[in-house]
Amino acid sequence: MVITIASGKGGTGKTTVGVNMAVSLDKAVRFLDCDVEEPNAHLFLKPVIGERTTVNTFVPEIDFTRCNYCGKCGEICQFNAIAVLKDYVLTFPELCHSCRGCLFVCPEKAVLESKRELGVIEQGRAGQVEFIHGRLRIGEAMSPPLIRKVKERIVREQVNIVDAPPGTSCPVIAALKGADFALLVTEPTPFGLNDLILAVEAVRALKMPLGAVLNRAGNGDSGVQSYLARENIPLLLEIPMDRKIAEAYSRGQMIVDVMPEWKEKFKGLYQKIEGIVNRQGNI
Amino acid sequence: MKIAISAKGKGLDDEIDPRFGRAAYFIIVDPETMEFKAVDNTKNIEAMQGAGIQAARTVAEEGAGVLITGHCGPKAFVTLQAAKINVAVNVSGTVGEAIEKFKRGEISYTKAPNVEGHWR
Repeated sequence: MVITIASGKGGTGKTTVGVNMAVSLDKAVRFLDCDVEEPNAHLFLKPVIGERTTVNTFVPEIDFTRCNYCGKCGEICQFNAIAVLKDYVLTFPELCHSCRGCLFVCPEKAVLESKRELGVIEQGRAGQVEFIHGRLRIGEAMSPPLIRKVKERIVREQVNIVDAPPGTSCPVIAALKGADFALLVTEPTPFGLNDLILAVEAVRALKMPLGAVLNRAGNGDSGVQSYLARENIPLLLEIPMDRKIAEAYSRGQMIVDVMPEWKEKFKGLYQKIEGIVNRQGNI
Repeated sequence: MKIAISAKGKGLDDEIDPRFGRAAYFIIVDPETMEFKAVDNTKNIEAMQGAGIQAARTVAEEGAGVLITGHCGPKAFVTLQAAKINVAVNVSGTVGEAIEKFKRGEISYTKAPNVEGHWR
């Protein structure tokens, strides 16, 4: 089971929902923080990190003893990462998307494999939760390759909770792809609704079942509820606007740390998701 | 030696395009004979990234030894340097005026890009 938690709008409570659900289940859970530009789930789960791996990606390097400046590598590059001049070749590693087209088309075998560091993956343990996250190298502009590497550590036989970055662009799609269920966390504000609609459109394009969690409920307006009802999207859990929750969050504590009765609600959230996914599988 | 000028149009009366990588045209001119041609840069205007790099290649392929433009970023600049093209930045007015300035020796070359890259 792979559940990806996404939101559209940032700061709606993706990580809050993810970490609380992870610690509320009575089974092996893998938590994968794919918000690699600003991972924060470790602040709440407080894992002991046991392994740290540097992740690199392919970039070309030119062997000038072989290159005859034919220009084929520059022509195939869709990202302008190679510029072939009359008697010199420049490469721009930060523009490269690692497609290896240049390596493939070079008739002189003058394109060599080099690498650019994307970031690191850290894995460890927090109680019964196996914790994994990616940390993008400072200065690196592309996060999807690292997100895909983090997701290689999914074990489908277990419950995997994937914490996606905010937004609806490539990094979010990378985090959502291949999931069994998309859990969208939103808030009852016009801004929350606007970005929820964008997220729903993205998830529907990926053809996976989805459901919503309304955080800071009781605040704002009822636009989100009307939208969900209209679109037949199940509202699986409401988390109230509660000072106690906000205070706990600011201390790096989870809801279930200060209100243990919420464990049942998060377990219930998982069971509802499981029910929807199983029903889908039977169709 | 030919010079290249980033331009908003195809003629000598058109204004210099302050953008290099995403300029509308490059006017390639021989200042001695005043023979010139306009090179269309549409393909680079639509590039996702690296427009300056490819624009520098275009100018190099046209055999220019000097580029006169408004702004030049770091990646375009290293490519122009590798192609041994002298770069003059912050030049405005029409293409014709720039050629006259060049002939009078009033064009000076930059040793560094004059704008930031679009990434970091």
